[in-house]
Amino acid sequence: MSELEPLFREEHDAYRQAARLFVSNEIAPHVEEWERQRDFPRDLFEKVGGAGFFGAKFPEHWGGTGPDYAAEAVWIEELSRAGSYGTASDLGAHSQLAALYLDRFGDDDQKNRYLRPSIEGRLLGALGVTEPDAGSDVSAIKTWARRDGAEWILNGSKVYITNGARADYVVIAAGTSDDSGHEGITLFIVDTATPGFDRNRMKMIAWETSHTGELFLNDVRVPDANRLGDIGAGFRQIMANFQWERLMMSLGAVALAELSLETAIDYARERSAFGRPIIKFQVWQHRFADLAVRIRTGKALTYRALRHHIAFEDGVDVGREELVRLTSMAKLYTQRMAWQVADECVQVHGGAGALKEYPAQRYWRDARVGSIGGGTDDIMRNLIARTMGLGAA
Amino acid sequence: MQLSPFTEEHDLLRKAVGEWVDTEIAPHLAEWEEKGDFPDDVFHRAGELGFLGLSFPESAGGQGGDYWAQVVFLEELGRVSQAISMVLSVQTDMATPPILEFGTQEQIDKWLKPAFRGELIGAIGITEPDTGSDVASIRTHAARDGDEWVLNGSKMYITNGARAHFITMVVRTGEPEEANPWAGISMFIVDTSLPGFTVSKKLEKAGMKMSDTALLYMEDVRLPADALLGVEGEGFRQIMWELQGERMGVSVFGVAGARAIVEEATKYARAREAFGRPIGEFQAVSHRLAEMATEVEAVQSLIYECCDLWNRGIYATEEIAMAKLAVGQLSNKVADEALQVFGGAGLVEGTSISRAWLGARIGRIGGGSDEVQRQILARIMGIG
Repeated sequence: MSELEPLFREEHDAYRQAARLFVSNEIAPHVEEWERQRDFPRDLFEKVGGAGFFGAKFPEHWGGTGPDYAAEAVWIEELSRAGSYGTASDLGAHSQLAALYLDRFGDDDQKNRYLRPSIEGRLLGALGVTEPDAGSDVSAIKTWARRDGAEWILNGSKVYITNGARADYVVIAAGTSDDSGHEGITLFIVDTATPGFDRNRMKMIAWETSHTGELFLNDVRVPDANRLGDIGAGFRQIMANFQWERLMMSLGAVALAELSLETAIDYARERSAFGRPIIKFQVWQHRFADLAVRIRTGKALTYRALRHHIAFEDGVDVGREELVRLTSMAKLYTQRMAWQVADECVQVHGGAGALKEYPAQRYWRDARVGSIGGGTDDIMRNLIARTMGLGAA
Repeated sequence: MQLSPFTEEHDLLRKAVGEWVDTEIAPHLAEWEEKGDFPDDVFHRAGELGFLGLSFPESAGGQGGDYWAQVVFLEELGRVSQAISMVLSVQTDMATPPILEFGTQEQIDKWLKPAFRGELIGAIGITEPDTGSDVASIRTHAARDGDEWVLNGSKMYITNGARAHFITMVVRTGEPEEANPWAGISMFIVDTSLPGFTVSKKLEKAGMKMSDTALLYMEDVRLPADALLGVEGEGFRQIMWELQGERMGVSVFGVAGARAIVEEATKYARAREAFGRPIGEFQAVSHRLAEMATEVEAVQSLIYECCDLWNRGIYATEEIAMAKLAVGQLSNKVADEALQVFGGAGLVEGTSISRAWLGARIGRIGGGSDEVQRQILARIMGIG
């Protein structure tokens, strides 16, 4: 009998239990306070690392327990369900972006210095690609690295860098060739304590606990030993990792939407109007049913893309274009879905939907970021259209 | 990580079904739709080729395949026509599975085996002129008279109803109880050649015109004792079981149809020129098609998860209600967006796009309306 291979095995159920317990002990009880303070303590990274939850996708040699991408997906789902998206995003930028770049493109010396302590949660990382004048269009970045003997001198600025305002190192994308663009970008591991490196924490209307930063590099000297991968390989490196980042965002959005819906249903059971709990009104029952369908559909698509990713990592020839297509679709579908679900969930709260006392408005604000970060909805549509033989010739 | 549920055997089956569909079905669709009819020979050929009992056990006259074999069949039909998918799915996913599930060996021999061979055409009889979604309110009733049952009443919107040899029908055989409105309902296999059975009217529809949809009258139809299917008084539970397979089936061919429409619109957008270039090069058109393709893949993913549960023997009412609801909405949306891409060409009678647009609307009503699916989901979610 042929079957769809289950994404999660028995060991993943155990991992989920452990993750859920960790989140309910170490994160969930503090979420409201952290959100009020628009901050969360740095030592959460060490707790997560100490408990092993940064390790699932990394090899044992560097302190991980994998690579097991299904386990990593479990962690993302459980972490997202804590309901503090800004916190999850900082942890994600550290682990899914910076540390993953080191694992993929770093040499042993770099992995020893940066990857191992990142998995332990002692050293915090971020990824710096986006600039004030270059968002989705990565090839347009202006930050520049000039070689000076065994060092590089970096100048430029970065913006919207998740975890960037607190990170100990940032993987920075910089131009290294006159014919900038696709072949002219190189990655560097930049210690944020280096002279000439300045930053601000940005104040945003969403992801309020996150340390999203604006970075300024003014003659920052970086040893060539901190060049991550080959000169000119940066664009390809960034593109290669986008699939994983977008998958993680999809998993997170689905979990946020689930949480949002559960919270709204609980509220609708308690809140009465016209003499009965508002859950008794058929329009709300049906609306909730519709939302549940959209969430479940997004989840099915995300899991399908994740299956392809795992197969791809296992060396199965799934076709890179098919992986990009499904991942782009999952990202496009889930980010908007999560926000639309959260929007309806604010609606059921009525006036309370506008109150900070209830998390509904926060889920709604936080979900909105998803259609912008990690490649906008329109970029996803462009990518998908291209796989269909559509778009500009 | 295995990515596809389909094996080499399924691929061979897909090729065989596909060839039949492309050579014996697709070329005639426009003509059949215009005539509002299609030949019974479609059933005969499908039976001859072994396509009508793919996922049924060999002991019952089927091919012994798993559910994915049925998925292949429905997908291949779905990509060319929702109407033909519907009439054949009535045979394979609605009229016959209850006979295997609840029938006796004699009923299997008498009705099921010839149905698999395409010799007998079946229909499913639930809806009545005054009762659609609310199955418990059916009024058609059968009264015991010695060894026989005397059947009176009418059934409405019955696909294949005008040509069916038998109808797997839900009928009232007792009064509802106050605490249990579903009590007193039973299922019968109604032989349409019996005296008193009349096809009152072949209904003219706005879409899926080639499929016959009938209003049926039963006046003192004397059914033999062995017409009772399953247990007397258990008909409601039995028809609810039937509806799961029915909704799976329509979801599978529905999403295959939506996928085909997107592909057709994409092809059109690449070929059709306006303002000096293919319209698919305009970002507004390409993004619209990208959205449609995304929605199709999302719903497809959900449906494959459902098929997988179904194939494992899991009675996944929640997922199936979700799939049915999602695919009905998807088909309408995609057909409408595709029509827009086609422009004037989409409004011409006899094109596959105009057929798809008209036919898709039925998906949100038949087999349990959108609202019924939402009601089921709300109940499962503990809020309805």
